[in-house]
Amino acid sequence: MANAVSVPPGMWVKCESCKEILYYKEVQDNLEVCPRCSHHFRMSAESRLSLLFDGASYRLLFQKVRSTDPLKFVDTKPYTERLRAYTAKNGPGDALLVARGAIGGHQAVVAAMQYRFMGGSMGSAVGEKMARAIERCLVRKTPLISVACSGGARMQEGVLSLMQMAKISAGLARLRDRGIPFISVLTDPTTGGVTASFAMLGDVNIAEPNALIGFAGPRVIEQTIRQTLPEGFQRSEFLVEHGMLDLVVPRHELKPTLVRCLNYFH
Amino acid sequence: MAAPTYPFMASIEELRTKLATLEASRATPADDTEVEAVRSALEREIERVFAGLTPWQRCQLARHPERPYTLDYIGGLMGEFTELHGDRLFGDDPAIVAGFALFDGEPVAVIGHQKGRTTAEKVRRNFGMPRPEGYRKALRVMKMAARFRRPVITFIDTPGAYPGLDAEERGQAEAIARNLEEMARLPVPIVVIVSGEGGSGGALALGVGDRIVMLEYAIYSVISPEGCAAILWKDQARAEEAAAALRLTAPDLLELGVVDEIVPEPPGGAQMNPPAVYASVATVLRRHLRELKRCKPEALTRRRYDKFRRMGRVVER
Ligand SMILES: [Zn+2]
Repeated sequence: MANAVSVPPGMWVKCESCKEILYYKEVQDNLEVCPRCSHHFRMSAESRLSLLFDGASYRLLFQKVRSTDPLKFVDTKPYTERLRAYTAKNGPGDALLVARGAIGGHQAVVAAMQYRFMGGSMGSAVGEKMARAIERCLVRKTPLISVACSGGARMQEGVLSLMQMAKISAGLARLRDRGIPFISVLTDPTTGGVTASFAMLGDVNIAEPNALIGFAGPRVIEQTIRQTLPEGFQRSEFLVEHGMLDLVVPRHELKPTLVRCLNYFH
Repeated sequence: MAAPTYPFMASIEELRTKLATLEASRATPADDTEVEAVRSALEREIERVFAGLTPWQRCQLARHPERPYTLDYIGGLMGEFTELHGDRLFGDDPAIVAGFALFDGEPVAVIGHQKGRTTAEKVRRNFGMPRPEGYRKALRVMKMAARFRRPVITFIDTPGAYPGLDAEERGQAEAIARNLEEMARLPVPIVVIVSGEGGSGGALALGVGDRIVMLEYAIYSVISPEGCAAILWKDQARAEEAAAALRLTAPDLLELGVVDEIVPEPPGGAQMNPPAVYASVATVLRRHLRELKRCKPEALTRRRYDKFRRMGRVVER
């Protein structure tokens, strides 16, 4: 080894909010929240599922569903290559993990987005898995919880990505008509087509603190209006103030809050 | 008259202007001969240019400043239109028009994005980019249509949702999402006509229906070619490549299973002969409404769900 004294990679992590260098284990044990300033680090879909399901025990569903390349899309690289690389690195599942299990004793389905898979972008695979999750909840009358973390629709699948918004929302209409609860959790970031479909359609919309939530990205807005955006614009607390969310809940209180909601509705 | 627009249309527009001038001043049989000669030259030129039409040129046609807009379609297709205003929550958005009219003598709800012609009107209508009030007004009128059992006809022609501070503040994501959910369960027929630019979420917010038809030179996309190029290549100037990559033309959308039918446009595009476009759209609309009227509300919404449920391409392995 060239540099035997260096610390193993990933042992230390810098908090982007308070700039403190933190021992990663300490952050991890704190549900990936900075112990100094309470900054919420982005969480993987797997950690999210472990956090929410009783005993961190859950079963993944629809893991064989994969996106294809209907547009034969090539930007700086062919889309098929991107898909292969992301799948090799992250395992199957595309940008959404759907799982079933118990939450506070309630059988429930959780659909958690995987940001590290192409920025949590929504293409056909995410849409299909979400639609199947909804259909499973309809058949078994179990509540659905989604955890959004996404830059929006996946450009590489073009208009088919856009249509996933309609497909999922149509499913949620059925869920609502049958009186099955749907709770939406919004985490940093939730933007574009994900916000403008299921993330805003929860019976209850809950966000983690200081998450960026919006339709248009802040940079696009700044270019349009040629002004700097005010501090806190498009953050969770701003959306609560403007009536778009029910609650901002720190990660430590997320599961108890969800359990309370399930108790009310289910 | 034909104003210069895009370089690829220059030769066509030149002949069009010439033809109009000649037609206005013709007096002798010799003039008639010349008119005919210019007319057939124009037809040949259109044929030549349109034979090799690129996706980017189709985007430009979809955005053509003389292209018929929603209010033109309403005027050309329907009678006794009454525009209704306001979302009853915040305000009225001139970027979306909505109301009731008679089509073939039958009352229908009609809703669409509206762009302006003059600079002042363009600004007033925000270039057809809706704010949340627009989607919410549209939903109010759709629910009214459901209450009174009237079919809904929508026209899609928008660059997209307005990326502005106020639109975000008032929850444009929620407004779009709500329309998607409510349109899915609306118990009356919905026919969607993609007439110009189908720009992303702002378009889809009026786009959930039983039938989706698309004008021949309309486009429909998840993102504008300019936006796509800026993100993928950090260069807006590569919009032409992005336009091709995004597969946003009417034939593409038919192949991808997103639209049901393409409505042919007159040679050179809708702006060349709007009355002909209204006639084509009326024929298509009439047929779809007749078919949909026979469906019970439950069958209608079930099929509508199935239609969107099938959209997308996945494999399992
Ligand atoms: Zn910190």
